Amino acid sequence: MIKSIKTWILVGFASLLLVACGQGGGGAGSKKSKTLENTKKAGFVKCGVSQGLPGFSNADASGNWSGIDVDVCRAVAAAVLGDADKVKYTPLSAKERFTALTSGEIDVLARNTTWTLSRDADIGLTFVGVNFYDGQGFMVRKNSGINSVNDFKNGISACTNTGTTTELNMRDFFNSKNISYEPIAFEKADEVVQAYDAGRCDTYTTDKSGLAAQRTKMSNPDEHKVLPETISKEPLGPVVRQGDAVWEDIVRWSLNTMIEAEEYGVNSSNASSLKDSENPAIKRLVGSEGELGAAFGLDNDWSLRIIEQVGNYGESYKKHIADTGILPNRGPNQLWTKGGILYVPPAR
Amino acid sequence: MIFKKFNIENKKARDLIPQAITILALISVIIYFATNAQINMGNRGISFGFGFLNQEASFDITFSMIEYDGSNSYGRAFLVGLLNTILVSAIGIFFATIMGVIVGISRLSDNYLIAKVAEWYVEIFRNIPLILQIFFWYFAALRALPLPENGISFYDISFLTIKGWYVPKFIWTNFNIFLLSVMAAFIAIYFINSYATKQREQFGKQIPTTIISLATLILIPLITFLFLGVSLSFEYPVLKQLSPTVFTYAGGVSIIPELIALALALSMYTATFIAENVRAGILGVGKGQKEAAASIGLNKNQILKLVVMPQALRIIIPPTTNQYLNLTKNSSLAAAIAYPDIVLVFAGTALMQTGRAIEIISITMLTYLTLSISISIFMNWYNKKMAIKEK
Repeated sequence: MIKSIKTWILVGFASLLLVACGQGGGGAGSKKSKTLENTKKAGFVKCGVSQGLPGFSNADASGNWSGIDVDVCRAVAAAVLGDADKVKYTPLSAKERFTALTSGEIDVLARNTTWTLSRDADIGLTFVGVNFYDGQGFMVRKNSGINSVNDFKNGISACTNTGTTTELNMRDFFNSKNISYEPIAFEKADEVVQAYDAGRCDTYTTDKSGLAAQRTKMSNPDEHKVLPETISKEPLGPVVRQGDAVWEDIVRWSLNTMIEAEEYGVNSSNASSLKDSENPAIKRLVGSEGELGAAFGLDNDWSLRIIEQVGNYGESYKKHIADTGILPNRGPNQLWTKGGILYVPPAR
Repeated sequence: MIFKKFNIENKKARDLIPQAITILALISVIIYFATNAQINMGNRGISFGFGFLNQEASFDITFSMIEYDGSNSYGRAFLVGLLNTILVSAIGIFFATIMGVIVGISRLSDNYLIAKVAEWYVEIFRNIPLILQIFFWYFAALRALPLPENGISFYDISFLTIKGWYVPKFIWTNFNIFLLSVMAAFIAIYFINSYATKQREQFGKQIPTTIISLATLILIPLITFLFLGVSLSFEYPVLKQLSPTVFTYAGGVSIIPELIALALALSMYTATFIAENVRAGILGVGKGQKEAAASIGLNKNQILKLVVMPQALRIIIPPTTNQYLNLTKNSSLAAAIAYPDIVLVFAGTALMQTGRAIEIISITMLTYLTLSISISIFMNWYNKKMAIKEK
């Protein structure tokens, strides 16, 4: 409840961590990964997630996290520690997330975070890939008579979250259309939903996946619709701290493995039986050929564990996004071989 | 001679040494943490600096008292947030004081109903966490207020709706002359009052200063309207249709519901504490004081104004200063309901866009410190003015 105080404490604490913990952190270019060592020592992966976004990272009543972002953390845990459940989740607000990562409170940030130039280059972070291609859209009331963003007129009020790229995209969009608007930015998504639902604003704007998920929380979901236009590119993906190249590679290839596994039809139920497959690419994925794990200081079954314990990308998407009714259609998040844009470098 | 000054047996020197050591230790601790932070930030590829304040903010803010849009700098956004914090604190302090005084006096009323209502008010509002009260007022107000097309109209010049309270906008010509005349009126009132005091003390003459002051305050600015070309017109809010079912008001000034809810919650909450201070202050003045005042022929108003209040204020002011400081700091809860104060705008959006946590949090902390110290200095000055002056 006392969101802002919690935020302050967290940011303050994170700053303090930056200040207090000696001269830690792995030096760039070193073969050894400090983060990997620390993770093995601690026995769990420190993962930053959202405060609750269905489909991406959401905790159930008994505190178990699930979602496609959560699966990235689980994949890293399976690869590094051998057990996908050995993850410590830290729910973070949009505002806290980067500080928590740069200060070392978490080691992987999988929190529906948009990959942008300034974030990648400016604040000591590295994006390792994309696990969901999203775009910003608008939700309106069905009876409003607004059927497209071209129906927006001067004086419209728009609710959104603070501390996200949506705030910036919104301005770019309305400026380019020469529409004056009233931006109302809340700290937490729950308050945005309540305010929009009450009628404080005429439209609610955020990533389309988010809109689809939040619509289910409205008092009457059928009264609302998402406009067809997408006003921005929002490639969402996991983030790590800059300066630990090995850890960066582990997280990147944990994600890539899930996507590559789907491409080759390897899933959680058939993975172990494919050890003697004819296809060398599949054999590399399940660890019966090559020495790929050694490059990160892992054993050869690291990728097999990811596929067995977490599943491939398609399984993860189906379970968390499609079957929950958020976005049944995969759209751009389909493999490149099936008309989507999911394309990962080969694991060899 | 100099040796004597630093002699250990010299009391002044003895007092100074521990203090000097403490300060030295404190400075070295700060330097240690600062260098450590610098090294750590360097290692993690984070730069430190305040250059970002000049960069384009590129986000918009709902409510601003100065000209602002996204093409302005982060520095300007900081200023917008700061002014919004000051605005809601000032409104909160103003209403909390008025309500606090009324409720405090009501609790001492002989009327059973008034006293009980005041007591219940205090007990309920001071015992519920402020953040819940803010949410309550905000979402209760949102749910209760009508959509713009059904707005509650005040003589068709002002409308209360879920999107805000739309009031007429003042359009001045020659506003400077008007402002000068108001200042002149206040100076005149000051002289009238000191003249009246002198008359009373020297000759025992009573001059009705309140009425004369009020007349001056109205008459002098009025003259500027009649003879000096000052005029005031109003721009009224007008209902505007954006789509078949979406309406808003164009023109006029919109007081956003976030501001109303926050100011309401802050003043309702803080008023309970001020009310208790006022009650304590009045009860703290001895009964004999009132009886003595009555025995020398002062009437009821004079007793309150000349005998009870000056003594009660000495008890009331110091704890009330605390409440003013609390209210100002509590205004940082604004972020929860999207009121664009310094925490939401600067320590929120700006921090997130730039990623400069240490710089921004330090600036924000310093800002609150400065605000609080300013209030403290003012209240201490006022307290001193009200303190017992031994003659």
